[in-house]
Amino acid sequence: MLASEILARAAIMEGLSASAFPFFGVERKGSPVTAFCRIDRRPIRLHTGIYEPDHVVVLDQALIRLTDVLSGLKEDGTVLVNSPHKAEELGLPTDRRLATVDATSIALTHHLGSPSAPIVNTAILGGLARQCDIIPIDAVLDAIRYMAPARKEENAQAALETYERGVR
Amino acid sequence: MIDAITANHAAALAAKLARVEVAAVYPITPQTTISEKLAEMVSRGELNARFLLMESEHSAMSALIGASYVGARTFTATSSHGLALMHEVLMWASGVRRPIVMPVAARTIGGPWNIWGEHMDVIAERDVGWMQFFCENNQEVLDTVLMAYRVAEDPSVMLPAMVVVDGFILTHTVDAVDIPDQRLVDEYLPRFDPPVKLDMERPARLGGLIMPDWWMEFRYRIAADMEGAKERIKQADKEFSRIFGRGYGGLVEEYGTEDADAVLVVAGSAAGTAKEVADRLREEGARVGVARIRVFRPFPSEEISRLGSRKMVGVFDRSYTFGDGGAMFNEVRSALHGTDSIVKNYIGGLGGRDVTAAHMEWIFRDMLEVAERGLDRKVEWVGLKDGSGRW
Repeated sequence: MLASEILARAAIMEGLSASAFPFFGVERKGSPVTAFCRIDRRPIRLHTGIYEPDHVVVLDQALIRLTDVLSGLKEDGTVLVNSPHKAEELGLPTDRRLATVDATSIALTHHLGSPSAPIVNTAILGGLARQCDIIPIDAVLDAIRYMAPARKEENAQAALETYERGVR
Repeated sequence: MIDAITANHAAALAAKLARVEVAAVYPITPQTTISEKLAEMVSRGELNARFLLMESEHSAMSALIGASYVGARTFTATSSHGLALMHEVLMWASGVRRPIVMPVAARTIGGPWNIWGEHMDVIAERDVGWMQFFCENNQEVLDTVLMAYRVAEDPSVMLPAMVVVDGFILTHTVDAVDIPDQRLVDEYLPRFDPPVKLDMERPARLGGLIMPDWWMEFRYRIAADMEGAKERIKQADKEFSRIFGRGYGGLVEEYGTEDADAVLVVAGSAAGTAKEVADRLREEGARVGVARIRVFRPFPSEEISRLGSRKMVGVFDRSYTFGDGGAMFNEVRSALHGTDSIVKNYIGGLGGRDVTAAHMEWIFRDMLEVAERGLDRKVEWVGLKDGSGRW
């Protein structure tokens, strides 16, 4: 959820319109959650869910087996998965625009979370900035520094490292 | 300064910018983060206010009535069952003319349990003598809290106001909000200084027993001043626009209504989706428009009756009140009485059901068909799973 809010903030500070919202469920700690971010050059007036995303970001590759992460994805839409594996090893249709980043190991290098509960929501945004030409990485880093509740610089550096390593 | 914040955060910032002096709160989803943000501001010393954590919403509203009596600018926020629990004291607040401003995170009322958004809680309190402002987006939430204080505290009004914030859809969505400068807010909103207040030096009793020979006169004053508030709201909107460069069109915001065959009357965040869809249909040549009710109390009868020259007026209710159609539908239909417009009620978005662009498109197309062929049915529940929902 925080990742979608950081992305919206980065877009707004870049002069775009953006809104970010969670799937309004009854979340428990550790249960799968979905969050959305809508970005446009025009003012955003739609107050409705996103059913046909242009981009999907999966923070835990285990979710690929639990849910259809491609649901509604536009034909030329992209998928970014946090995984130590290569995109073609994910078990997703390889005719889609897939990519992976190892956000978990990068996050742990920067002391974000623990091996059993890594905090990857900032690291993965570096991958998204690299994969999709929507928001410049500097804007993402500024938004992380502004919104991360703790270890602001470590979070920003994790995103930068993911960006610099590139997607696979 | 542009910030990226939720509507709840915007509401709390508005309270701070309005320099509220007493806030009395009790938490309830999806309002709680308004109270939390405000508590943070008070604890950090950014806002010099008495912050009272009460044992219930009933007590929170009671505390504010007392605080307002001594001349404090007062604030609370609530939702759903919390608003329902206040019911009795809401009438007390308006009856003794306390200009309390309260964002309401609009939500269902159980049972069964449902924490999500609709307008039922607010609509159920339409008769308690409070002004009711509905907001389309986060920016409007911040701006409307400021406007609400200005109107509520106007000596010719002196009535409380709810600022309706669609539960989750706005309360928990991050969006761009332009935070106004404190200096400009101070210019727009002078200190609350009521002519009559409780004062230890000059003891008085306020709100005592009214005998039958005066009660009707008291009620009439409230009715007349609620009517008068319409003009004050329009002025407050114009003045806001002059100082901050943003206006909202007074009581009803009209969007593409001038030449429309079919106009959809809608309140709250769904209006944004309706406008977006109306624009798409306009590109196809369909003449559709949106009339967004910003203020439901006092009811904008003149603005609505002016829609009576359109062939078809649809009314979207995000609640159902078990009357002859929904609550907004009934008031809009009354205001259109004597005109040639066909009026039809659409019920949707209840209990957190998403009001999608597809729903809105379906409604507009149905309205155009009704405009062409005449009324098929009075009430239509939009988006039911089995496709029924009509009578």
